[in-house]
Amino acid sequence: METKEAVRSVEALARLAGFHRQARQKVKTRILVCAGTGCIVSGSLRVMKEFERLLADRGAAAQLAGVAEVGKGVGVAQSGCHGFCQKGPLVRIDPYGIFYTGVRPEDVAEIVDTTINGGKTVERLLYRDRDGLACCNQEEIPFYNSQTRIVLKNAGLIDPEDIGDYLAAGGYTALAKVLTEMSPAEVTEAVTRANLRGRGGAGFPTGLKWKEAFHQKAWPKYIVCNADEGDPGAFMDRSLLESDPHAVLEGMIIAGYAVGARHGLIYVRAEYPLAMKRIAIAIEQARETGLLGEDIMGSGFDFDAEIFVGGGVFICGESTALISSLEGQVGEPRQKPPHLAERGYLGKPTVINNVETLANVPVIINIGAPAYAAIGSAKSGGTKIFCLTGKVNNTGLVEVPIGVPLAEIVRGIGGGVPDGRALKAVQTGGPSGGCLPAEMLDLPTDFEELSQAGSMMGSGGMIVMDDTTCMVDVARYFINFLRDESCGKCFSCREGILRMKEIVDDITAGRAGDETLELLKETAEMVKNASMCGLGQSAGNPVLSTIRYFEDEYLAHIQDKKCPAGVCRSLISFTIDADLCTGCTACAVKCPTKAISGEKKQAHTIDAALCDRCGICLDTCRFDAVRKG
Amino acid sequence: MARKQPAKGPFNLDLSLERNKGALIAILYDIQEHYRYLPEDVLKELAQKIGKPLIEIYRVATFYKLFSLKQRGRHQLKVCTGTACHVRGSERLVEEISKSLCVCRGETSADGEYSLDTVNCLGACALGPLVEVDGEYHGNTTPQSLKTILEKLKSGENKE
Repeated sequence: METKEAVRSVEALARLAGFHRQARQKVKTRILVCAGTGCIVSGSLRVMKEFERLLADRGAAAQLAGVAEVGKGVGVAQSGCHGFCQKGPLVRIDPYGIFYTGVRPEDVAEIVDTTINGGKTVERLLYRDRDGLACCNQEEIPFYNSQTRIVLKNAGLIDPEDIGDYLAAGGYTALAKVLTEMSPAEVTEAVTRANLRGRGGAGFPTGLKWKEAFHQKAWPKYIVCNADEGDPGAFMDRSLLESDPHAVLEGMIIAGYAVGARHGLIYVRAEYPLAMKRIAIAIEQARETGLLGEDIMGSGFDFDAEIFVGGGVFICGESTALISSLEGQVGEPRQKPPHLAERGYLGKPTVINNVETLANVPVIINIGAPAYAAIGSAKSGGTKIFCLTGKVNNTGLVEVPIGVPLAEIVRGIGGGVPDGRALKAVQTGGPSGGCLPAEMLDLPTDFEELSQAGSMMGSGGMIVMDDTTCMVDVARYFINFLRDESCGKCFSCREGILRMKEIVDDITAGRAGDETLELLKETAEMVKNASMCGLGQSAGNPVLSTIRYFEDEYLAHIQDKKCPAGVCRSLISFTIDADLCTGCTACAVKCPTKAISGEKKQAHTIDAALCDRCGICLDTCRFDAVRKG
Repeated sequence: MARKQPAKGPFNLDLSLERNKGALIAILYDIQEHYRYLPEDVLKELAQKIGKPLIEIYRVATFYKLFSLKQRGRHQLKVCTGTACHVRGSERLVEEISKSLCVCRGETSADGEYSLDTVNCLGACALGPLVEVDGEYHGNTTPQSLKTILEKLKSGENKE
């Protein structure tokens, strides 16, 4: 069967999938090298090249010697992001599911000898759990086996640049079912009964959005995939686009069918070049296969998709601003209503769904709405992907049923805080979210529960902070971020955030008086209440949530002029413990402001007037003699 | 995808207009890719061709962070200052680069060699702090490893 032939019916799709499945069964051993952004940073592409070179070499050499081909039945492919970037570069060897972490090009020869040819594992490259036990395959690793990976099910297991892999894994069967067995209203009904809510942050019921757009008379209609993942500390959309782009595309085509749209637009951040490349390849391959274009699978339904590059502006993630940006204008939000379902892109009915939301759609169709709804909490079905980062042992992508307690993610899957330090707070929801203290870890990760606690679900960033993180500094960080990103349309947001920044700057610099805290609260409330779009309405959250749970820390800055975590530069000082200092001069040599003086082999001292508190001396000292306080 | 811009020589605005079906942001993106900034004369030509006042094009060009109206350096350095990178000390890396290459944040060094920018999130948070040099990402950067990166860059090993 010709693989390039366009699929004209559901039966043809099944035949093509069968062909790809069979072709893959011929490969006895498959080496999958992670080629997500994270692993590429760690050097996975060099590892992949080394595998290819070595296997080609050995195959050729063996042939010459007249023995069996070593390279036969062994395939090397790239995979998308496994979500465990910290341990990268990652290599998975199927069908055994052997999972190697931190693989260097130098390790490749040993893997080929020991695992591919010898059938044994390379012990030192295996992941070790907390008790030091080696995990032979990926499914044994606690980080993975405590997750519920239904959206990320293909991530790391398929080659994202090969539609054959997606088809072999059962891809586009949901689309086939939708086009042949369901009416658009039935699709929307399934999504509604599944309790699917927007994963981009606000948690609006997806079914409702689709229904509203479906009932619009105007034409044409548009589906927009929001891949402008601007929240710092969140990368699930990048990862999904990089690891399983066809799943997003399939969800988008189904959404198009449900609302009666024939055009799909994918708005991707310019900062995600790889995600952009992969979704572009996916679109190209889907077109060639006949899964995009006219009369998809002989159903009479037409749909096509194209990519737009974002301009690196956070506010463009807001739906109305995104539409303006798509239209080639300045990305400023506008007042709603009219809702986008009524007046969206080019004034036509438009549905905007987040990448993760769309990737959930094929899952709902495949497993059925009741099964999907049963996974999540009472009000929201399914799973949520969180990006667990910051001061936590296992960082990466974590997919869990909506509603599991924070502790299960941070302590369970994340493995707690490293270096024996104390967990202080968990920040969720990105710049619009808030910081929750360690005492609240039992809180379920649900849209409503998180909002009530003064934070929000947001797009899924989850940043763990330990006792070396200053909460006032965190608030200051987010205010600075929001000040940069406020589009300036509403006075309250433009000027209010600026005032908040000045106040918090004063606090961290030790210039604030007793009245400051009240003023800060009042300003934050004002920005929340008087701004038009989501950015302004939630801009007070980082400040209000940190004041709510960490007021003591603010007071320490304001009244005692101290930063308990030792972060705010103006409020800390460095000294050298004369008893521990050996006079090795290492710190004096490195000090950029020449603030450290002392004779060789004599205790050194720091001149507070010259010291700019950069902390290099603290990092340099091998005798723990530098004190921060 | 339609024809690409020739690698060298002047920018072909007509080609970009045709390729992007007149979508302003995509055209500006092409111009920026070619010149590493948006030159005034090209924007004037663009305004004429698409029949829009120049000020509207400037409004869009200055709104999006992706675009620059000033010439950018031959080498582009970006430090991720997303939350995860921030709590792991990216601020200090910005200062180090600033001092080492004599370039302020968001600006280009006097000799036109280096531009230094901060970006909100490159999406590789597990490997923070992240520094991007001419499109190549460096993860888990420390002030020490940064030194090596900058020395390589200065000695010209990082040439495109």
